[in-house]
Amino acid sequence: MEKFLLKNIENPDSADINEYVKAGGYKNLSKVLESGPKEVVEEVKKSGLRGRGGAGFPTAMKWSFAMADPKFPKYLMCNADEGEPGTFKDRPILEKNPHLLIEGMVISGYALGSEYGYIYLRGEYPEANDILNAAIRQAYEKNYLGDNINGKGVRFHLSVHQGAGAYICGEETALIESIEGKKGQPRNKPPFPVNVGAWSMPTIVNNVETLSNLPYIIEIGGEAYSRIGSSECPGPKLFSVSGHVERPGVYELPMGISLKDIIYNHAGGIKDNAKLKAVIPGGISTPVLPPDSIDCAMDFVSMPKAGSMLGSGAVIVMDDSVCMVRVAYRALKFFEHESCGKCVPCREGTDWLRKVLERIEYGKGTEGDIELLSDIAEIMSGKTFCPLGDGAAGVVTAMIKHFRDEFEEHIKNRKCSLADSY
Amino acid sequence: MFNETVLKEIEEIKAKYPERRSALLPSLYIAQREFGWLSHEAMECVSKALNVPEAMVRGTASFYSMYKHKPVGRHVIQLCTNISCMILGAEKLVDFIGTRYEVQPGGTSPDNRFSLVIMECIGACGTAPAMLVNTDFHENLSEKRIEEILDKYK
Ligand SMILES: Cc1cc2nc3c(=O)[nH]c(=O)nc-3n(C[C@H](O)[C@H](O)[C@H](O)COP(=O)(O)O)c2cc1C
Ligand code: FES
Repeated sequence: MEKFLLKNIENPDSADINEYVKAGGYKNLSKVLESGPKEVVEEVKKSGLRGRGGAGFPTAMKWSFAMADPKFPKYLMCNADEGEPGTFKDRPILEKNPHLLIEGMVISGYALGSEYGYIYLRGEYPEANDILNAAIRQAYEKNYLGDNINGKGVRFHLSVHQGAGAYICGEETALIESIEGKKGQPRNKPPFPVNVGAWSMPTIVNNVETLSNLPYIIEIGGEAYSRIGSSECPGPKLFSVSGHVERPGVYELPMGISLKDIIYNHAGGIKDNAKLKAVIPGGISTPVLPPDSIDCAMDFVSMPKAGSMLGSGAVIVMDDSVCMVRVAYRALKFFEHESCGKCVPCREGTDWLRKVLERIEYGKGTEGDIELLSDIAEIMSGKTFCPLGDGAAGVVTAMIKHFRDEFEEHIKNRKCSLADSY
Repeated sequence: MFNETVLKEIEEIKAKYPERRSALLPSLYIAQREFGWLSHEAMECVSKALNVPEAMVRGTASFYSMYKHKPVGRHVIQLCTNISCMILGAEKLVDFIGTRYEVQPGGTSPDNRFSLVIMECIGACGTAPAMLVNTDFHENLSEKRIEEILDKYK
């Protein structure tokens, strides 16, 4: 497939505006400024674009809610928090193709009637911070940002806001709290950010990859875009593949490609021809899949039917040297650490799950611990303030469902038989 | 108090937002740069520069793991041990760094050369195990690679 999101990234100067323009960059913005904002919205609607941040929400629908709100100014937030472990798909855009994102944001801002954009960038990406700031400066110099873009009287101002190491700030309402200078604790919904967001104004939060699709949609037209990949969630998708594969990395492939195809064809198969044990398909918040379930289409609609979720498209491949209790324990350590502490089921539940998993892994589990884990997970499910706690519960439930014998073995033998691997 | 240059830098940041409190996270980074860590004095300076109550400054700062609430060594090693890094050996690297450089997670070596922080995924999972030293990424780590890399940070 021809690359668009990762186009030209082999060019060492790909982040430079001159290289970007040479490769056809910013021409889609110029095109849009001729035709008008309504046409952009129309094309996005036709494209069927769904958000790439994890939830797969239809972008045109989110936009229409914000546009229907009469309040101004409206703010456009690019979610570059990329905190879901296993995910590194936005990083090549941010570091190698920053102007694609900037062009996408200006086009989106123009369509939405928003004149102010912010990129909420995770603190763990210091290089991307420098690159984005340099790219933004260049875009101002060349008049692709500012008060009179392309001499058309269109305004859009953009800046980077650096996060400081809190996973929960990737959740859109926590992101907004954080940009307001507060702790990143999610807000109650409704009201939704599209009506009452940053500084109480309508706010559109979209992922880096989502916004970077805009120039492509304009270039080929919404209808042609809608024919790429899955019919229900079309377009190119970035998959970040890590773990025990021959060729880990970020792959731009059509949405709906089979997970098996990603692992065995694109990522070169299991490292050193080892035996596949498990795959986490969409970042560690998504339920694990056993080897016999990986022949599934990677899109937002098909993955739930296959027993997991597309999430951020972060594929983590594990061979049979990996202990699944250990993985569950490490995942829960993460969720416990990142729980924002606002709601009881998540704050207490993640802590409790982690404690039980820890004792099983270290040979101190007792009979009934597996049932206890399932109970805690069930109590948490659907009762947490935001999806973080739900995700944590789902991780444990799926681990027990597919690898119950490993949990039982730990408890029976009072040890982890793979402990030496770590 | 911050000097004039720093205050000017903060004023410029404030201008990017409709409300001054939004400049809090960036100002905390600046305070950390100026003082090395977020001491009481550092947070007081932020509070004054933004005219935001100190309790709010401290409350916000305490939430985020990249703000340092105690002094750190000359170089900060931020090693990821999340799943993609863990299954490729990151936990053994924690032990290795501990013995070789006398620094435990959350601590600083006696010669004040290194502090070690355990990170949750730094977005380098495709080249795991990975770490950041100060603001530089280092990937595909092994004990040998770590020695080669860290020897350059004096
Ligand atoms: C705990 C949690 C963490 C999240 N982290 C991210 C993230 O790092 N990046 C992201 O784009 N979306 C993240 N999201 C999803 C956002 O809340 C939001 O749905 C998304 O940014 C919307 O953009 P999109 O419509 O373009 O997908 C997270 C959600 C939750 C619940
Ligand atoms: S898991 Fe270590 S960098 Fe992502």
